[in-house]
Amino acid sequence: MEQDGRCSFVLVGVGGQGTLLASNVVAEVGLAAGYDVKKSEVHGMSQRGGSVVSHVRWDRRQVFSPLVGHGEADVLLAFERMEALRFADFVRPGGTAVVNDMEIVPITVSAGNAVYPPAAEVERAFAAVGARLVVVPGERLATEAGTVKAANVVLLGAISTLLEIDEQVWWNCLAERVPKKFLELNHAAFAAGRAAVAG
Amino acid sequence: MRRMLSGNEAIARGAWEAGVVVAAAYPGTPSTEILEELSRFPRVYCEWSTNEKVAVDVAAGAAFAGRRALAAMKHVGVNVAADSLFYTSYTGAEAGLVVVSADDPAMHSSQNEQDNRRYAAFMRLPCLDPADSQECKDFTIAAYALSEQFDTPVILRTTTRINHSSTPVELAERVEIEQKHTRFPRDAAKYVMVPANARGRHPVIEDRLRRIAEWAETTPLNRIEWRDRAVGIITAGVAYQYAREVFPNASVLKLGLVHPLPERLIREFAAGVSRLVVLEELDPVIEEGVRLLGLAVEGKSIFPLIGELDPTVVRRVGAAAGLPVDRAPTAMVEMARPPLPARPPVLCPGCAHRGVFWLLKKKHVAISGDIGCYTLGFLPPLSALHFCGCMGASIGVAHGATKAGLSERVVAVLGDSTFFHTGLPALANVAYNRANVLTVILDNRTTAMTGHQGNPGSGRTLQGQAGGVLDFEAVCRGLGIEHLETVDAYDNDALERAFTALMATDQPAVLIARRPCALLPEVRRQYVPLEVFEDKCNGCGVCFRIGCPAILKSEELDPTSHKPLALIDPALCTGCEVCSQVCPHDAIPTRDQIRLLEDAGPTSCPAE
Repeated sequence: MEQDGRCSFVLVGVGGQGTLLASNVVAEVGLAAGYDVKKSEVHGMSQRGGSVVSHVRWDRRQVFSPLVGHGEADVLLAFERMEALRFADFVRPGGTAVVNDMEIVPITVSAGNAVYPPAAEVERAFAAVGARLVVVPGERLATEAGTVKAANVVLLGAISTLLEIDEQVWWNCLAERVPKKFLELNHAAFAAGRAAVAG
Repeated sequence: MRRMLSGNEAIARGAWEAGVVVAAAYPGTPSTEILEELSRFPRVYCEWSTNEKVAVDVAAGAAFAGRRALAAMKHVGVNVAADSLFYTSYTGAEAGLVVVSADDPAMHSSQNEQDNRRYAAFMRLPCLDPADSQECKDFTIAAYALSEQFDTPVILRTTTRINHSSTPVELAERVEIEQKHTRFPRDAAKYVMVPANARGRHPVIEDRLRRIAEWAETTPLNRIEWRDRAVGIITAGVAYQYAREVFPNASVLKLGLVHPLPERLIREFAAGVSRLVVLEELDPVIEEGVRLLGLAVEGKSIFPLIGELDPTVVRRVGAAAGLPVDRAPTAMVEMARPPLPARPPVLCPGCAHRGVFWLLKKKHVAISGDIGCYTLGFLPPLSALHFCGCMGASIGVAHGATKAGLSERVVAVLGDSTFFHTGLPALANVAYNRANVLTVILDNRTTAMTGHQGNPGSGRTLQGQAGGVLDFEAVCRGLGIEHLETVDAYDNDALERAFTALMATDQPAVLIARRPCALLPEVRRQYVPLEVFEDKCNGCGVCFRIGCPAILKSEELDPTSHKPLALIDPALCTGCEVCSQVCPHDAIPTRDQIRLLEDAGPTSCPAE
């Protein structure tokens, strides 16, 4: 996914899904792999069930803007299907969108004032962008690994396959951020995410 | 050692390394994490003050006492603190005094988009504008040196993008600053700002500003980066990063100190380039300064004044203006997406404010609101908040509207922390000037919106110690409120009884609706998800109208009305029972009923 010594990530989801932990890991992997790194996120009202978005940029020389421009993301990691659709235009042609197979219905839909977009719209959107779409059943794989809470680790496993950085670098950065007693479980979740893309 | 730090973490680190001894703040996005982070370091006293003005007074007092001090706040907090900042400009201090103003372009979590660089000129204070986390740390340390060299408070102005972005930062050790004084200064000419003394100080601060402007010509905080000279860009803060990203070959004058401006440096830069452009977020502050020098310059004629900049916008408008962009703007892909449902922030499942707004909506009163989670009560389906302006404005506005003579009663609604922030003087005013305003204090025992900071109601201090716990009822009575009721915010009937009794008085009144925030850890441990009895639910939809994210529309339809039945998401429901109480068909059991059912076995049906 790296182009010209740089790689840009956009991570999107819904408050409470673990996107912030994931973006911290992506930033640290970049630093460990010798890149200059910037990470940007917006807190605030998003923790009350709103959309959450983080940007992470790696560059062999120097990162200037902490924000990724439209059509510039090499990797979009979406923790939720509709959020994938909302941020689809960030992905560059030839980029990759890893989308968690998960729907979180917003209040506008549950109140009956809007309709949740059908799954086929996601395929259409990334086809229009010219990006590769990888759908990962994060919650299912995490549950199989031991807990549904590790869905974000499954998704990190999935995007770790997209870059030519040793798997161990990813795992080391991840292992520092998960409780010691859940290491094994998280490793299983990480491996399941890798297998989901590689397979 | 290098570590990824957010701008806020880096400011805290810089304050600690600079030997700051006292720091005070009121929480507010995007500034909150500065004090939270600083409070984790040793040898620095940190507090949540009751509001931003108090925080500046606290920091000023510490600086008068000869210790380096910090006050931090969001941009609108500076409005609250402005009176104090103006006197500190006149007095100066005995040790470094730095005030962080965290501005919020795009209003990610704010009521306006004010550019606080304007305050620097207004207050005659130097203003630093860092462009990444390393600069956040370095500029904080530099601000203390600047403050002490010129006997001036310094504004460290950031924006959300800087506060909440993380970049690598080189760490260093703390330098302890020797305390010059152990007594409060006795220097009336400098510290007693009566007219005679203040007249003496005004020329001093005007001269100070001239001397800082001279210093600005040579400080390494400002620098010229010569590249191609066809276009020269003057820029500061995060806009510097966009300038480097999008116009990599242009010459740049990067200003770390955005007030006062370095006149000779700007003239030198302007003379060296064919076309002079200012790239800055929000107001044309630098642009106007350059224009006053009589130089031809472009800025807001190219770049937007409203909202947050980003590389996409800068590239698009830059290319249109003929500036040398790195590459052509990306054509927007036509994806023919369906209209996507918005995902607005909402009152959480189990929110203690929901029942109050349900009641107020039912009573058809005018509702003057305030700043906090409960502002979200304006959203449908509750739509039960008709005004929100700034911290503490709810009560005064309700009072004024009442005095204007309306055909309806006006209710003021504000939270516990907001009440202590600026609600107190407004409530005293209602009691004193006698309006029949009902003030509802939503006491959820924490400052919830910004992430559960302590306040005088909870009595939990920033540094995790037991502080004084202020008694709301006693405070209100002390302010002259005779009609007062306190009820459990989860008890709809009790809320309505108290409301009715207080409205009957036609006097100043206070209703305290108390219940801890459902997101507090001790509350989370007590969740009991409720469920819907499908045989009792007839799809009437009343529970949908309380706007709880845990209540969904089932795919099951009522056989008679053909309306969707209610369904409760057990992963979201906290068991607050507000929906149980509004359901006219007893289709949603209470926690006690749920427990009885569970005791009776997993397959049991409700007894008929």
